[in-house]
Amino acid sequence: MTGPAHIFDKPNRYIGKPEPRADAARLLQGRGRFVDDEKLPRMVHAAFVRSPHAHAKILSIDTEDARTSTGVIAIYTGADLAEHVTPYVGTLTHMAGLRSAPQHPLAMDVARWQGEPIVMVVATSRALAEDACELVDVDYDELPAAVDSETALDADTPVIHPEFGSNLAWERDVIAGDIDAAFAAPGVHVVEREFRFGRHTGVTLESRGTLCDYDPSEDQLTVYYSGQAPHMMQVIFSKHLGLPEENVRVISNDVGGSFGIKIHTYGDEIATAAAAKLLRRPVKFIADRFESFVTDIHARDHIVKAKMGITGAGTIVGIDFDDLTGIGPFSMYPRTSAIECNQVLNLTGAPYVMENYRAKGRVVFQNKTLMCQYRAVGHPIAMAIADGLLEDAARKIGMDPVALRELNLMADDSYPRTSATGMKLDDLSHKRALRKLTEIMDYQGLRADQTEARKDGIYRGIGFVSMVEVTNPSPMFYGIGGAPIASQDGATLRLDAGGALHVSSSITEQGQGTNAILAQVAAGVFGVDLNRVKVTTGDTATTPYGGGTWASRGAGIGGEAMLLAAQALKDQVLEVAGVMLQTGVEKLDIRDGAVTDLEGNERLPLADLARTVYYRGNELPNDLNPELIATRHYRVTDFPFVFTNGAMAAHVEVDTATGFVKVLHFWAVEDCGRVINPLLVDEQIRGGVVQGIGGALYEECHYSPDGQFMNATMADYMVPMASEMPDITIAHIETPTKTSVLGAKGAGEAGTGGAPAAILNAVNDALSPMGASIWQMPMTPERILTVLDKAAE
Amino acid sequence: MKAPDFDYLRPSSLDAALAMLAEHDGEAMPLAGGQSLMPMMNFRVAAPEALIDLADLTELRGITVDAGTVRIGAMTRYAELMSDATVQAHIPLIGMALPHIAHDAVRNRGTIGGSLALADPAAEMPALMLALDASIEVTGPDATRMIKADDFFLGMFETALDGELITAIHVPVATPAQRFGFHELTQRHGDYALAGVAIAQTDDSYRAAFFGVADRATRVPELEAALKRQDDMKVVLTYLDQIDFTDDLKANHTTRQRLAGVALTRTLKGMTA
Amino acid sequence: MSRSIDIKLRVNGENVSATVPARLNLVDFLREELCLTGSHVGCEHGVCGACTLTVDGDTVRGCLMLAAQANGKEITTIEGLADSGQSTALQAAFTKRNALQCGFCTPGMLASALGYVNAGGAADRDAIRQHISGNYCRCTGYQSIVDAICDVIEETRT
Repeated sequence: MTGPAHIFDKPNRYIGKPEPRADAARLLQGRGRFVDDEKLPRMVHAAFVRSPHAHAKILSIDTEDARTSTGVIAIYTGADLAEHVTPYVGTLTHMAGLRSAPQHPLAMDVARWQGEPIVMVVATSRALAEDACELVDVDYDELPAAVDSETALDADTPVIHPEFGSNLAWERDVIAGDIDAAFAAPGVHVVEREFRFGRHTGVTLESRGTLCDYDPSEDQLTVYYSGQAPHMMQVIFSKHLGLPEENVRVISNDVGGSFGIKIHTYGDEIATAAAAKLLRRPVKFIADRFESFVTDIHARDHIVKAKMGITGAGTIVGIDFDDLTGIGPFSMYPRTSAIECNQVLNLTGAPYVMENYRAKGRVVFQNKTLMCQYRAVGHPIAMAIADGLLEDAARKIGMDPVALRELNLMADDSYPRTSATGMKLDDLSHKRALRKLTEIMDYQGLRADQTEARKDGIYRGIGFVSMVEVTNPSPMFYGIGGAPIASQDGATLRLDAGGALHVSSSITEQGQGTNAILAQVAAGVFGVDLNRVKVTTGDTATTPYGGGTWASRGAGIGGEAMLLAAQALKDQVLEVAGVMLQTGVEKLDIRDGAVTDLEGNERLPLADLARTVYYRGNELPNDLNPELIATRHYRVTDFPFVFTNGAMAAHVEVDTATGFVKVLHFWAVEDCGRVINPLLVDEQIRGGVVQGIGGALYEECHYSPDGQFMNATMADYMVPMASEMPDITIAHIETPTKTSVLGAKGAGEAGTGGAPAAILNAVNDALSPMGASIWQMPMTPERILTVLDKAAE
Repeated sequence: MKAPDFDYLRPSSLDAALAMLAEHDGEAMPLAGGQSLMPMMNFRVAAPEALIDLADLTELRGITVDAGTVRIGAMTRYAELMSDATVQAHIPLIGMALPHIAHDAVRNRGTIGGSLALADPAAEMPALMLALDASIEVTGPDATRMIKADDFFLGMFETALDGELITAIHVPVATPAQRFGFHELTQRHGDYALAGVAIAQTDDSYRAAFFGVADRATRVPELEAALKRQDDMKVVLTYLDQIDFTDDLKANHTTRQRLAGVALTRTLKGMTA
Repeated sequence: MSRSIDIKLRVNGENVSATVPARLNLVDFLREELCLTGSHVGCEHGVCGACTLTVDGDTVRGCLMLAAQANGKEITTIEGLADSGQSTALQAAFTKRNALQCGFCTPGMLASALGYVNAGGAADRDAIRQHISGNYCRCTGYQSIVDAICDVIEETRT
């Protein structure tokens, strides 16, 4: 399938143009509508008593003093809510062997991580609810905790769910070719490293929050939800609170960042809905920053032992690795916590031609906050393994890392094909992307600068990554395994009497510009001015049914649905126009809000057409039944995923006296197929890169040996701030995916997926004259000093 | 993350404030800029019975010069210090350090007195006072006394204050014979430092105060003596052993000692450049 | 001595009188009592900058100031900046550069940016980065924000 040229080339097209977002005006004037901005009559506020222990038996809960505290409306324990909420289990059938235990919104008998909600207090203000929380007396019997993933499977480590007999949640082996033979072959060099990827978390600036309202007269639950997947949450609230699906309305207005944090089932949010139902009034819960740190899903937390074999001439013969991932005490519902590891197994080395591959993944339970899918799921690990080893191998055989990539990257004309792990690949451009990258960064110039600077004792490094990003997932991602997660999305366009378009879509807006690109597609394909399109998203009551926004699917899937719907509406409108103008439909077009001839001469303004249809139907033939509304849905069919690819480079300077790393500049060349709006795509890539830099250099959830989260404040958990971030140069290759007319692949996660590997490689390039290298993220000053010391010994 | 309830008191004179402080017998806390106290209260790690807002105490305001000393009212905000001509002219070290302290919005509220009274070991201001050989003017119900900065900081969040309020800070006017240096190592601009140092050099004598490295801002007399002797830097740095360096998540004591050495070396280099 | 305090202040040019709990911070007061929800709450410990607003012309953290301390003060929130036209140029530049995504940091970021521009700050990228480094943005890479602030400075000084 390729797009008809007129969609993209006609005079009033918007696809591909850097149109500013209409939503910006609201947000810039303080008129956004975030969950905490909503205020309903009789609204009350929730706060939670949370487990201070990583693992403890709950012996008793005394709420007597709290109940008489000022402003308290209700107090619920786990047992109280268990009568009204059915438990949930984070497993999916296609993740063979994955196991997890039933979860309740509030812990029942045992608390399994520090921060797990134990008791809910509802009061007339959040402050009063917190006051009452301090008066709740929970008697705990502290249990030994399984904290460290490396010892989680040891015989003397406490088993978190005794019924499973061990802390193993899931494991999988992927084998292709004969890796042992390949590594043993004459002339093959093997590099081996142990990678450590720290735990980090999303730190959405708007914390998680919900406002739930229950109307008993209609058995109707309305949930204002700061999240990414309204329809998924509709099913979850319905299923576990025992409400008919149609009686649950989930509304996502403005969402202050999500990045995968806000697409899961959190006990405190479910409890809030249950409380609203029980109290028959609106209950609001807004997580504070401490609660966010200890309850928002965490990410990464991998220890990987990996090897790459390479010939003296630079041909990669294979990769062999073992990935150990800690996921907290449960697999998150409903997406599960095994996907991250699975992505590592599937994606490592995916840009490269490779015949031999062996990967083992083990996912283990531990008494820490739950880990689950966060922006660029598994990608930073997969890319750092392959490209980290690749540059290590390049140093070993004395080859330039760009030349080594050139030698091993899949050729741009070799698709469709599969990766070593069997992933179906098409429409990728690794080599063009790498060439463009080295051009825009002036690679040779940087190398010359590096040599000069070293003479003055200044250690700069250049690091690369060639990467893929999973986007536009098909039903094979979740739906096949039984999750209530739609892989298709819908779009509706309605031509109103005034000639404007009202469009709605099941994908959602978290700031990435979903609404803007939907409007661009609708306006451009249908043929009206952009400012005559009004967009509605994020409401299960008013939008078509669909998956929402995750896995970089909004533009590719939601955009395609909008394109198809716009084309359909256009056909319907032209049919009416043909009758009104007594002209063949093939001689008509719609441009700039009017029906025109093919040369663009106006024949009939859309407003005139619509008014005739809506107000003066008597002027139309009786057998004409105008439909000025159209809905279309779209899903990816031929591929499990549509891959975006990219090449990125980092330029860093390492202060060898302090271990501080300064990122001097970053470049990213991305091929996300057709770019709908470069202004939006570019800053999304930059934001992704900065998140990746965060993981590489700053961000880490530190736990004590007994499972206490040690740095749960914004002062101690370091997110990237403006002062230290580099300017980031973006360039595009556009290879439209053949799976859709629009040709758009996802763009939102590549920066986060690729940047850590590029930074790692750049740091190691800088450290190479000292014979030092680092394989642990974040690469803190202390860790860099440590490897420098070790090399100097 | 809401503060526990408290009484809010807003005295209009120093005497009234001191009386309130005494009346609450240790259960009330003075509120200066609030930039450290309010986060502690929001986390509920501080839960005073009452806050005594010092905002209306004119006695705690103003910057004056008299007899070779700059007197800075305790309620002087960081932003005021940065823009004040007297401070710029007579205490250049403060001008060097202030841009590194937090950010604009915090400097617009945070006060010099508040920072000193809190005695956060990572904060810059106590170290500046040590380097500058400042005196802290404190007033209690019965008397006003001067405490040398060297005697003021007793430990982590611990000072020589005894039911008193800081009323002013007295800093000697910089002389032509003096040079100053400041350097801190932070991974992010405006954060507390992993290690930092403030130095005042008078002829061949040095006052070098380290911060972010131990339980309080710290001088090492032997190190300063070694600087005076113009010992080799390798020798100078051995005297850092006398500091009981902090271990925490961002850096262990070994790293901190090393970074303190780097900060010192770089500061001295910058001063002679 | 009381756990609730009577305050009188001016907010976005209007006189406001209220009785507030002593512990109520300024940003919660503005959001909850006055329904000025443009100022956001991100961390409640003074680090993220989402609640940055203007008090007597200076930027402050709205979570690190009590409503009681705002007695007699002149407060300007993002709504006031927009309605009075003070932030018009920045709004246009932020829009043109796509210097916001989710928009949650934006009100605080605009207040900080305006503080920089009004103080005569230069179109110096490093200086701008340093100035806004107390305002956390998780969505953009900060670059577009720096670009937008540079644009405003260059446009107004040429």
